[in-house]
Amino acid sequence: MPTYVRTEKCDGCKGQDKTACMYICPHDLMKLDKDGSETGHAMKAFNQEPEQCWECYSCVKICPQGAIEARHYADIVPLGGQVQPLRGSDSIMWTIKFRNGTMKRFKFPIRTTPEGSIDPYGNKPAAKLADIAKPGFFTGTEDGGVMKGYRAGDASELIRK
Amino acid sequence: MAGTFEAPEVVQEELDVLLIGGGMACCGAAYEMMRWVEAVKAETGKDVKIKLVDKAAMDRSGAVAQGLSAINTYIGTEQDPADYARMVSNDLMGITRDDLSYDLGRHVDDSVHLFEEWGLPIWKTDADGVRHDGAESIREGLPALKDGGKPVRSGKWQIMINGESYKWIVAEAAKKALGLDRIQERVFIVKLVNDKNDPSRIAGAVGFSVRENKIYVYKAKAILLAAGGCVNIFRPRSVGEGTGRAWYPVWNAGSTYAMAAEAGAELTMMENRFVPARFKDGYGPVGAWFLLFKSQATNALGEVYMVKNKELLDDYPPYGQAAVPASCLRNHLMLKEMQEGRGPIYMDTVTALAKLRETLTPKEVKHLEAEAWEDFLDMCVGQCGIWVGENVEPEKKNSELMPTEPYLLGSHSGCCGIWVSGPTDLGAPTDEEYSDVPAHLPKGWNWGYRSMTTVKGLFTAGDGVGASGHKFSSGSHAEGRIAAKAMLQYVIDNQSFNPELDADVNQLAEEIYKPVRNFLEHKDYTTAIDVNPNYITPKMLQFRLQKIMDEYVAGVATYYKTNEHMLKVAEEKLEMLKEDAEKMRAKDLHELLRAWENYHRILTAEAHMKHIQFREESRYPGFYYRMDKNFVDEENWKCFVNSVYDKQTKKWTCFKRKHVDLVDKSKLFKAASH
Repeated sequence: MPTYVRTEKCDGCKGQDKTACMYICPHDLMKLDKDGSETGHAMKAFNQEPEQCWECYSCVKICPQGAIEARHYADIVPLGGQVQPLRGSDSIMWTIKFRNGTMKRFKFPIRTTPEGSIDPYGNKPAAKLADIAKPGFFTGTEDGGVMKGYRAGDASELIRK
Repeated sequence: MAGTFEAPEVVQEELDVLLIGGGMACCGAAYEMMRWVEAVKAETGKDVKIKLVDKAAMDRSGAVAQGLSAINTYIGTEQDPADYARMVSNDLMGITRDDLSYDLGRHVDDSVHLFEEWGLPIWKTDADGVRHDGAESIREGLPALKDGGKPVRSGKWQIMINGESYKWIVAEAAKKALGLDRIQERVFIVKLVNDKNDPSRIAGAVGFSVRENKIYVYKAKAILLAAGGCVNIFRPRSVGEGTGRAWYPVWNAGSTYAMAAEAGAELTMMENRFVPARFKDGYGPVGAWFLLFKSQATNALGEVYMVKNKELLDDYPPYGQAAVPASCLRNHLMLKEMQEGRGPIYMDTVTALAKLRETLTPKEVKHLEAEAWEDFLDMCVGQCGIWVGENVEPEKKNSELMPTEPYLLGSHSGCCGIWVSGPTDLGAPTDEEYSDVPAHLPKGWNWGYRSMTTVKGLFTAGDGVGASGHKFSSGSHAEGRIAAKAMLQYVIDNQSFNPELDADVNQLAEEIYKPVRNFLEHKDYTTAIDVNPNYITPKMLQFRLQKIMDEYVAGVATYYKTNEHMLKVAEEKLEMLKEDAEKMRAKDLHELLRAWENYHRILTAEAHMKHIQFREESRYPGFYYRMDKNFVDEENWKCFVNSVYDKQTKKWTCFKRKHVDLVDKSKLFKAASH
């Protein structure tokens, strides 16, 4: 389903140089029509290549105005359904409407730490150049390393050694 | 001075390390590398100049952009890296590099444990065997994986997660490790440049901004090329808007394989492809349905084809006789039903959920329903779109399955990619038994730096590394980390090397903007912007490529069948297509992006065709059939097929490399030990 932008809700991210949807789209599909020459709607975003849309929902989830929705691929899907998320800081809420009107709601966790809180090397050992050619990461290999993830393996399994 | 569409600005930068791509592999590389860079600074006082260049935004780029509902590679304490190498090998019909798989197997869990620490919710099983989602398991006080927490296995190697923000989380760690100054987003690297004084060495890469009229020229001692697999070289089953709903991400354009080939890197197993059997049209995941919900796939008459057609597995010993037969063979059994007119094929969700309900409380049933929907919502929202549009509730109505159009990749259930140097401590061969390997290429499986291609200084990871496979998201991250260490080692050892580009910067800039030139020069010749005898739109060129590959190189149109005569036709048509690629137009920067993606697709497709032509057997029944050689020939073809491309003559050379086992594969076929 290509995503589409609701005319009445999109504010073009308030005249900034790029919109949130342009920033995030992995396939460079979202475009801000600055003067309205492409869509008739100045300072609003649109999906410039709907048949290339993967429906990854990155734009839908990031839009600060909730202006982006999806209309399922018209060459495949009967009209009338809708799948719309509301992504928060620790969970995502999905509202699902069937063509026949059935509604479902689901809420799932998305992360267990506050966004922006990752301390990449906190409580991690420093790397030592003497180890650079050895197997394992800077997190080490002794007893699985500090992350307890290194699996040294049963040496007898290696039949050519 | 700001550039214009007619005269773009050229930005030049000199680096030690360039990371091309922003997916799991490059995020892993960035994370691991920066810690070692600190060590270089502390121990030698030297700085290392690094940049990561992504054609999209790291928060949502690569194959994990949308999220995932499972991590498919987690070894755990109960399995050995050798078990993993065995599984990878059998799924890929015996021809994989055990050194690469084993090495990945011993490293990958470190990355998974980091993901959990960073905030990725991972499902757990409690002492009573009850499963909890990633947030609930923390509230319940269940330990992290690294502290002995028990994951919810949806298969022998897979663990369930709440992975909507998987990439967002992994990118946050990588971005923090790098710092924003070392990241350049929305620049598409389109060509690697060899060294002027040593053509077997890499010296840099060039690309352009999709936001501004700027061309970027990077010089670098070491480059990690990890720009994903290849999607949309075959005509998709969908014809309109639905063509965007590729199974693998539609933005994976074969850039990894094409740029490596042009730089002279040796490719491997490019004949391999993946044809996933997925929920029809939306290509939603089936793994949890088969493995977690214990569902079965049937023909239209309700017959389970894996049971009904079981004897077909005996045609392909030993690969059909493992506890889990190779993926391609499972397709092979399904295709028999389709071709003999007993379709559609269904996932019997109704029976599976009914059975599960027999033993569950109403609360557990509700939980189960949510799990089934989350499986799609986390990673393939489009499949939900189809379910709601067609009023499908899985407990009431079965859903169709369908084998997709072919995909080329090295990190999922596929093994095409680049030939890389492996670890030295696993007993891998150091010599080559076959004599037709071109003399300039290294012998054996390790020739210096881990993860380095046959071009000095050029490294790869994830979908880029061939002859392995089944790394998935976690393995690609780990493989990026493995490569990062080796790259830094290479940089330290080659400090005096001063890269010089073998081409003039202005000439490179001119090449990159050629589709723009084609457009500006000819646009007023006709009154219709898309119909012009002097140029071809990237979209039409892509359609032509897809039609050739579909009809002659075993796409869905022929039920994945081809022969030497069809391949010959494809060869001619692809050569003309490659010539016409010079005439692609770009009316704006977005179309310039598409033009270069499609150029990469053509080269990747050509490699695929040449390898299928060279391998005179049908190694992957169910993925493709050479009908003139419709058998697996263990005696003559249990070997790697590798190739090199000459960018001057534009010709491919294919050759064999000897395959050996580093772990005992016969264990797969004895009574299951697990």
